[in-house]
Amino acid sequence: MNQWSNFTKGFIKESPTFALILGMCPTLGVSSAAINGLGMGLATTFVLAMSNLFISALKDFIPDKVRIPAFIVVIASFVTMVDLVMAAYVPALHKTLGIFIPLIVVNCIVLGRAEAFASRNSVISSLIDGLGMGLGFTFALILLGCIREALGNGSVFGYKFINPTSDGILIFVLAPGAFITLGFLIAFINRFRKTS
Amino acid sequence: MEYILIIISAIIVNNVVLAQFLGICPFLGVSNKLSTAIGMSAAVVFVMTLATIVTFLVHHYILIPLQITFLQTIAYILVIAALVQMVEIILKKISPSLYQALGIFLPLITTNCAVLGVAILVIQKNFNLMESVVYTIATALGFGLALIIFSGLREQIELNQVPKGMRGTPIALVTAGLLSLAFMGFTGIVK
Repeated sequence: MNQWSNFTKGFIKESPTFALILGMCPTLGVSSAAINGLGMGLATTFVLAMSNLFISALKDFIPDKVRIPAFIVVIASFVTMVDLVMAAYVPALHKTLGIFIPLIVVNCIVLGRAEAFASRNSVISSLIDGLGMGLGFTFALILLGCIREALGNGSVFGYKFINPTSDGILIFVLAPGAFITLGFLIAFINRFRKTS
Repeated sequence: MEYILIIISAIIVNNVVLAQFLGICPFLGVSNKLSTAIGMSAAVVFVMTLATIVTFLVHHYILIPLQITFLQTIAYILVIAALVQMVEIILKKISPSLYQALGIFLPLITTNCAVLGVAILVIQKNFNLMESVVYTIATALGFGLALIIFSGLREQIELNQVPKGMRGTPIALVTAGLLSLAFMGFTGIVK
C-alpha cells in the first residue's frame, strides 16, 4: 500500500466516524461548535500519531500476552501530556472540552489503530496511518460542528452570518441535535458512498 | 434530601448517555435486543460502582498523599482494566450462573467511557465517598434505563419499513435523538 492512500483512507473510505462508527462519545459530545471539534480532533490526532509511532517502535519488545495493558499505558501517557499542555496554553478550550480530554484514552479509535495497524506495521506507515486517521476524525468533527453551529447558532467558527440579534434553531446545539444531525449525516454519506 | 437530588439528577435530568454523551458505544452496540440490554445494564451497575469506590480510594489515599494527581488518567484506566479482569475471574469461580449472565459483557466494559468518565467526574465534583457511591449507582441506573428503553424502541423499528439509506446506525442515532429530546423535558427539575 502506498503511503498516500494510507494517509487519505481516514477521510472517507475508512473514516472512523462515518464508516467504522467509532469514537462516538467525543463526536457527539464536543461537536456543538466547529472550534471545539477542531480542538478535540487535533488533540486526538496527536495522541493517535504518537501512540502509533511508539507502539510500532516497541512492538518487538512488548510480550504478546500483556500487549493491551502496555498499549493503554502508552496511550494514557500521551493523553496526560495533551491534557496538561492544553490546560496550560488553551485553558478556555480545555474547560469546554472538559471530561472528553482524559477520555481520549478509552476512545476506541486509538486502541483500535494500535491493535489493528501499529502492532504489525513499520514505524513510518504507522505514523502516517495515525496522522491520516486522526485528521479524518478531525474532519468529521469539524463537519458536524459546522453544521450544528450553523443551524443552531447561525454562525460558523464563531462568525455569525445571520442577524446578530436573532437565534438559530436552538435544538441543534443541544444534546438531541447531536444525535439527529449525525444520523442524517451518516445516511447522506452512505448514499454518496454507494453511488460513487 | 441531598441524596434524592443527586439520584434524580443523575438518572433523568443529566442522563449519562442522552445528556452527557458517555457510554455511546455500548448504547449503540448492544441495544439490538432487550435481553442483552438488561444483561449489559446489570454488568455496568456492578462494575461502575466497584470502579468508582476503588478509584476514589486510590485518589484520596495514594495519589493525593504522594502528590501525583497528574497521573490520574493512567492510574484510573489501569485500575479499571485490572478490576474488570479480576471481577471476571472471581465471578467465574464463585458464581458460574452470574458469570454466564454477565460474562460476555465484562470485557466490553473496559472500553465503556462512562466508567472512567464517572470515576473522574466524582473527583471533579468534590463528592465524598457516600455521595460518590450514590451518584455512581444512580448514573449506572440512568444508563440502564436509557439502554433498555432504546433497545425496546429498536426492536420495534426492526419490524418497520425504514428507507434504505437510513437503516442501521442512522435510524438508531435519530431515534436516540428523539429519546434525548424526551429526556430534555425534565430539565429544570433539579437545579
